Amino acid sequence: MSEVIILVDSVAGKVSKATAELATFGKKVGSVTAVICSSDSEALLPQLSTMAIDRVITCTGVDFEKHSTGATAAALAEVVNSIKPAAVLIASTARGKEIAGRLAVRCESGIITDAIDIDADLITTQSVFGGSTTVHSSVTHGTPIITIRGNSIEAIVGSSTPTHEDFPVSYDGADKAVVSSLAPAVKGGRPELTEASIIVSGGKGTDGNFAPVEGLADALGAAVGASRAATDAGWYPHSFQVGQTGKTVSPQLYIAAGISGAIQHRAGMQTSKTIVAVNKDADAPIFDVADFGVIGDLFAVLPQVTEAVTAKKG
Amino acid sequence: MKIAVCIKQVPDSWAQKTMGGDGRLDRANVDAVLNDLDEYAIESALKLVEANSPTGEAGEGSGHSITVISMGPERATEALRKALSMGVDDAILISDEALAGSDALATSKVLATAITAGGFDLVICGTESTDARMSVVPAMLAERLSFAQLTFAASINVEGSTVKISRQTEFGVEEMSAELPAVVSVVEKINEPRYPSFKGIMASKKKPLVTKSLAEVGIAAGDVGSSAAWSSVKDSLPRPARGAGIKVTDNGDGGSQLAAFLAERKLI
Repeated sequence: MSEVIILVDSVAGKVSKATAELATFGKKVGSVTAVICSSDSEALLPQLSTMAIDRVITCTGVDFEKHSTGATAAALAEVVNSIKPAAVLIASTARGKEIAGRLAVRCESGIITDAIDIDADLITTQSVFGGSTTVHSSVTHGTPIITIRGNSIEAIVGSSTPTHEDFPVSYDGADKAVVSSLAPAVKGGRPELTEASIIVSGGKGTDGNFAPVEGLADALGAAVGASRAATDAGWYPHSFQVGQTGKTVSPQLYIAAGISGAIQHRAGMQTSKTIVAVNKDADAPIFDVADFGVIGDLFAVLPQVTEAVTAKKG
Repeated sequence: MKIAVCIKQVPDSWAQKTMGGDGRLDRANVDAVLNDLDEYAIESALKLVEANSPTGEAGEGSGHSITVISMGPERATEALRKALSMGVDDAILISDEALAGSDALATSKVLATAITAGGFDLVICGTESTDARMSVVPAMLAERLSFAQLTFAASINVEGSTVKISRQTEFGVEEMSAELPAVVSVVEKINEPRYPSFKGIMASKKKPLVTKSLAEVGIAAGDVGSSAAWSSVKDSLPRPARGAGIKVTDNGDGGSQLAAFLAERKLI
């Protein structure tokens, strides 16, 4: 049976939802081996037992957080050369794509990024050009290295008892950059933008007041996003920007409030399952992609939705 | 410092992009521009040199040099000229029919070879091109060159032979440092790229712009291009356009109607 490697993705000692999704995709192809390259490996290991994972390999001997992606790619390459998997699946984050790129060079293997699906034969599906085109591709040389976007599949959750082994690696120092200090991200109560199943985003129409956007997001248990106009104006941090030069998201529900829907913004959210728009301008291009649009003032409409959601939750 | 800035000419990001019959982006029928995100890399290089120049200016007399490097068809010289007009010293275009259809692995190989030949000690890139959007070339360059990798920089400083950046990642705000040589990619909030001045545009016409073939770079034609690509497109289909859905005008109950729609779709 073919064996697929997934790279365990985690932040601050917590395994991300993306890891469970990678395992679920891996199961389509064969048995799943999760590789941990993290200084928090002991905390991560027990969290993997709720996922579709058969075998866990912990790479040891390297301070991964300090050395960033170069060390992780080097370690993963050693594992790949040792167990010769059918494919390597990595989360399509900025960091994941860098690791995948370096790994592809090291293992002389083809790479496909931002897949939204793979099949049993490792044919990938990608959604490109702002969601206007669907592409099917495959890697034709070496070990297929594929990064997969978050929220692309409903992760299998259950219990498993994966075998576990340590895999000592050495760091060859190919990447000499070191992280000299880290101010940990302040975690709000809201879900991560790329993991959230619902996102409420605000744009120019908020005029800098995100309170109605945040109010609705909190009622829905949603993440908050922002258009480039809003982040450039300094109304919301750049890390919350959705669009071509920000994050690409694909939630179950995307609510765009006061966002005109320039092609650059649509490129980052067009694959959302359901799109809802609230905008004063009846001609705003966002309405062309919205399943439900309200022509109106977000300051009136959003609080009414929040109230209805809260009432329904009772 | 001997700085190389890697740039790409891409279809205008406002243009409607489509796939050609060969499973590749149709580039012939769209306007081509300098990749937006590369302008921040060019600006970063100029600012770094200005900060470390006795005259406060880039160019001759600064003691540093900035070269823009691109791989692409002949018309990519337009993008390189724009960089020259912003104040970069010289430009190299690697252009060869055999390069058509190259994947990121081949692209990084060609750029890395040119960087090694030029003896650069700092390579600056944008975070991604707005056409393919893979965002892997800077990391691949660092891997191939064995240079330090400092990506997604929101600020950059060079003191002596040490390069320092800060960046926002999912872990928080990180400060990173490394000795040169290094590959740095910069995010768009790092600066506001300058517009070429009239003087800059006039001066750019006299600046060196060299076009090199694959043979001149020293890479075999069989190692690059679509036949050597390690991934291939099976098919591509235009996604059915999202039909515009229901649109209502708020007359006091727009929010309630919206909530009813969400309830009907079982989203709340």
